[in-house]
Amino acid sequence: MTILIPTPQQITAPALAGATETMVLNMGPHHPSTHGVLRIVIELDGEIVVNLAPDVGFLHTGIEKNMESKTYQKAVVLTDRMDYLAPLSNNLCYALAVEQLMGVEIPERAQVIRVLLVELQRISSHLVWLGTHALDLAAMSVFLYAMREREQILDIFELVSGARMMTSFIRVGGVAYELPAGFLPTVEAFLDVMPAHIDEYEALLTGNPLWLERTVGVGAVNGEDAVALGLTGANLRATGVPYDVRKAMPYCGYETYAFDIPIGKKGDNYDRYRVRMAEMRQSVRIARQAWERLCAMPPGDFMTHDRKVAPPPKQEITQSMEALIHHFKLWTEGFKPPVGDSYVSIESPRGVLGCYIVSDGSPKPWRVHFRGPSFINLQALAHLAKGRLVADLVAVVASLDPVLGEVDR
Amino acid sequence: MDNQTLLGHLHAHFPQAILASNMAHGALSVTLRREAYVAVAQGLRDDADLRYTFLENLCAVDYLGRIPRFEVVVHLVSMHHRHRVCFKVGLSEDDPALPSLTSLFPTANYQEREAFDLMGITFIGHPSLARILLPDDWVGHPQRKDHPLLEEEIAFTFNQERIYAHKPFAQK
Repeated sequence: MTILIPTPQQITAPALAGATETMVLNMGPHHPSTHGVLRIVIELDGEIVVNLAPDVGFLHTGIEKNMESKTYQKAVVLTDRMDYLAPLSNNLCYALAVEQLMGVEIPERAQVIRVLLVELQRISSHLVWLGTHALDLAAMSVFLYAMREREQILDIFELVSGARMMTSFIRVGGVAYELPAGFLPTVEAFLDVMPAHIDEYEALLTGNPLWLERTVGVGAVNGEDAVALGLTGANLRATGVPYDVRKAMPYCGYETYAFDIPIGKKGDNYDRYRVRMAEMRQSVRIARQAWERLCAMPPGDFMTHDRKVAPPPKQEITQSMEALIHHFKLWTEGFKPPVGDSYVSIESPRGVLGCYIVSDGSPKPWRVHFRGPSFINLQALAHLAKGRLVADLVAVVASLDPVLGEVDR
Repeated sequence: MDNQTLLGHLHAHFPQAILASNMAHGALSVTLRREAYVAVAQGLRDDADLRYTFLENLCAVDYLGRIPRFEVVVHLVSMHHRHRVCFKVGLSEDDPALPSLTSLFPTANYQEREAFDLMGITFIGHPSLARILLPDDWVGHPQRKDHPLLEEEIAFTFNQERIYAHKPFAQK
């Protein structure tokens, strides 16, 4: 069976030609339930969705093109702005792709810091998803609880990088700075309370009859169709396909952490909800292991020692001529990866985030392409919401968890 | 599944299709003939021992000054074997067209539309090849290397007429 993915023009054309059996409705681009600037053109028969097409591109800022005129290190700040609910995951994907191109060795401590921060990021991203999803289905209080814990995570990011959201903390070669004093106790305080908080959200929703009515059986998709449509992340795992890049093609040493991949069965809104809730628990588990490792490591190694990539420490510059030259070269010209290309994908909170980089040997990338999971997951919307009520479409959009900054890039 | 085994399989089953291959950074990438591109993708998808059913990424690169000028890059993943393979197809400047993968992998739909929109690659057989990120009346394909940067003049009262005369909506 081929799955059709219509364009907005194909939906509106019959109505413009005078067809009157069905009605065409515009949802968005400014609509609270579209989670950003997304326009959905819906063909309706009464209140039943006959067909629909997402219209994207309202937030297109040419991030990939912009990167071509920045040096590799400066381009990191643009990656923050794609998936603005998970900037650290974007930083990591880009940094890994450049590191693969350069063949840089990353110290183990930097890897552990990366894992810890990215898992905290996953929790914070899932909390926004949970809050807004519940809000769309009129469960107001969950949003407030979710934001409360997200605030704690953003405080941790502010502590390490000085910024709450656009952190640009994971850089090519490692992470930007040494961890501040008070980082480990703050993280521990958060990890101690988080499992109880997840119980709290689940107590509000998991068995709630109103929640079940709006989610069970809504927006179901089977595993085969999900793979064909390119669904990834929790959306794919909810259908029962246990594909997680952290297990399938591990990066940053994920193979050394103990964690499970939660999967669902039916691939409906409720399974996606259960999978994401279980993922938060697994993220706490991974973050706890990373925290333990960090406690056992002496401070220092947060950046690679390859002076062609990372600037030397300040003391070295005052004493060594060579260090001064490296510093000058790095900040005026930037580093030059060898000619070639590299592709790296990671498991971002929204699914498989890929980064393809082509280098022509100059200090600026020749081409950067991002495989944005939100962009590709959005294709499945028509397949998931056809034949259901408009109110269910709202639930399905929320459940797919697209971030429009990443869709449009 | 490892790179060598898969490359051996490709050489055995599609001897005419392969132009070049390399394993830089531990990732297998194979440059294919344009004619064989769909057949190879289908072969890898349908083979019960391989099962490359997940099209992870599809994008286009403009190598201005090189022949062939464009390259379409496709990453296929076998979830079963936990292995990824990269296919590249070179396309000339005069005829940047390639058969569409949408009938095999529905997920290629948006990605091919993006490559069409930003890079101007035509995908033959695509059910609805329209612009996706840019407005419908946009002229040109901005991710091409010869697309002029910062060309747009800002319209004020004194130059508004002259600028609007060049806009697509004025020509209709």
